[in-house]
Amino acid sequence: MRFQFKTGYDDDMGLFRDPVQRRWYGGLLAAVVLLPLVVPAYLTDISLVFIYGLCGLSLMVLAGYTGLVSLGHAAFLGIGAYAHVYFLQDLGLPWVAAVALAAAISAAVGVLVGLPALRMTGVYLTIATLAFALIIQEVFTRWEPVTHGLKGRPVDKPVIFGVSFASDGAFYFLCLAVLVGGLWLTANVLRAPTGRAWVAIRDSEIAAQSMGVHLARYKTMAFAYSAGLMGAAGALFAHKIGFLAPDIFSVLLSIQFLLMVVVGGLGSLHGAVYGAAFVAMLPVLISEARDLVPAWVGQAAAVLGKDAGAAAYLAVERFVKQPGLEPGIFGLILVLFILFEPLGIYGRWRKVQVFFSTFPLYKRATFRRQKTYMRSERLR
Amino acid sequence: MGCIYGLVALGFVLIYKATELVNFAQGDLLMLGAFVCYMFVVWYGIGYWVAFALAVGIVALFGAALDGTVLRRVIGQPQFAVVMLTIGLGAMFRSFASITWGSEIYTLPTPFSAKTTRLGGVSVSHEYVAIIVGTVVLCALLYAFFTYSRVGVAMQAASQNQLAAYYMGIPVKRMFSLIWAISAGVAAIAGVLLAPVSLIDINLGFIGLKAFAAAVLGGFGSIPGALVGGVTIGLIELFSGAYLPLGVKDVAAYVVLLLVLALRPQGMFGTVGRKKV
Repeated sequence: MRFQFKTGYDDDMGLFRDPVQRRWYGGLLAAVVLLPLVVPAYLTDISLVFIYGLCGLSLMVLAGYTGLVSLGHAAFLGIGAYAHVYFLQDLGLPWVAAVALAAAISAAVGVLVGLPALRMTGVYLTIATLAFALIIQEVFTRWEPVTHGLKGRPVDKPVIFGVSFASDGAFYFLCLAVLVGGLWLTANVLRAPTGRAWVAIRDSEIAAQSMGVHLARYKTMAFAYSAGLMGAAGALFAHKIGFLAPDIFSVLLSIQFLLMVVVGGLGSLHGAVYGAAFVAMLPVLISEARDLVPAWVGQAAAVLGKDAGAAAYLAVERFVKQPGLEPGIFGLILVLFILFEPLGIYGRWRKVQVFFSTFPLYKRATFRRQKTYMRSERLR
Repeated sequence: MGCIYGLVALGFVLIYKATELVNFAQGDLLMLGAFVCYMFVVWYGIGYWVAFALAVGIVALFGAALDGTVLRRVIGQPQFAVVMLTIGLGAMFRSFASITWGSEIYTLPTPFSAKTTRLGGVSVSHEYVAIIVGTVVLCALLYAFFTYSRVGVAMQAASQNQLAAYYMGIPVKRMFSLIWAISAGVAAIAGVLLAPVSLIDINLGFIGLKAFAAAVLGGFGSIPGALVGGVTIGLIELFSGAYLPLGVKDVAAYVVLLLVLALRPQGMFGTVGRKKV
């Protein structure tokens, strides 16, 4: 185990725990910057990881830190994307201004949703955000002057201050820069009084209220902050997919975002990034597996005879080529994580860390959560 | 249509009433029910009524098994875990259905297809009569069950305080399995009744989203509320389709849902108290 001896307030206030940690993060940043040299083929996929990371960050603030679970975040992403493209291409604003306006509009809508949400708790809020997302999707379809409706609208490559970010490599660094900026901002907000108030609300609204946390103000702020981040992510997302259509921003996308924060680990910024990497890379893995798995099974079955091998190959190939398989795999992963690792990838990582740092003394009970048996809040 | 919303909402309400969980996979259970019934009627050529009973029985058993194997493990964890769990399960069901039955669209033949009755100058097709009668009967039965039968009262006890109910000798686990079975069965009934009116495909489950609106409007946790809410949502959709611009019809249910949640979260018949510490 390593102990930190803090000798001044500056040590306590630093963003990183100690110089060792700071060097680790520096190394990580260097690795990510050098990554395009190592895997040039996957650059677009990794840019998507960064954009999803921003989305995960946004939902993490709301669901993981404030405890308000939203099933409508795809709508904020869509608002950000459409607003950005509208300002950029129809009004001809500069890129930075368009992104800022997109984030601002998304945040404003977030406040609008957040205000009625103050009266709701738990599942009701989730249902309300779901309804909101469905309404917004219909708005995208019908508001043709801006969104071009079902025809969709193409998105140009980003040009910032006259510098074109059209190539995959340049766009990769753009996404990386925005993600790092978002992480830095969020990490700082979370250790400021605002973030502390959010966590207090998550853990117990009543306790937070009696400690002087203004519930309405902080919940609205959480909504606005989360929606604003999502709007910025939406602007990048618009450039990434290059073509906006209403059915992209469906409930399924919202569910993917939620999957992201759950798989990553609720209540940690690391988790948002892990989850984003997982969710963005999973389709890539699945499509690779689609090509590889039938061959493996065929070879394995070929031990029994040539016909068995060919038959197994065809059967497995037919199975994995089913279009409906992918959401099922997502669902399965979600279920497995909730059942066996509610703390997500980050939780697993923490457990491994603790196992090694306390080596012979690791106890499972360290991470065991207390079960609370339900008592109804409906009084009758 | 409103009655179908009511029926699906009934499923939500039952589970909420007994376990305070919200089942986001309800619509997908409905879809499974419709598909199973279709399979028996068309593929195996079994009579409609037998197939109906079989489908409801199978889906109900499936619901109980689901509770026993999966959902029981998350009791005592935050409500959010269950929401995510049922969303994941719903995605799995849809995927399973699309692999098993393909993504084609089917129609279910029934004994009362294409027959109509004239009722005070309005001709009503028998499929709709079946839906309405089925819903009202089912609703009355369930209401009576919860209010008068021993098991129903035990369920209410289990829903109000799990530990206390357990100390009183109520087999809480079995109650939960039973309630999941009933709720899944109700979903299957709704699916089979809906099948002749709408068509069967894997996206049938999305009706569950509108049923949410019905359940919330009626007040989560109230059986008659679910029915009234469902009918109200159905009527609102109908009128907004007739009198308001295009596209409003599809979102009317959600707008109502948001309004209800913002203005009167407990719904028409609901009871929501403030949490005591």
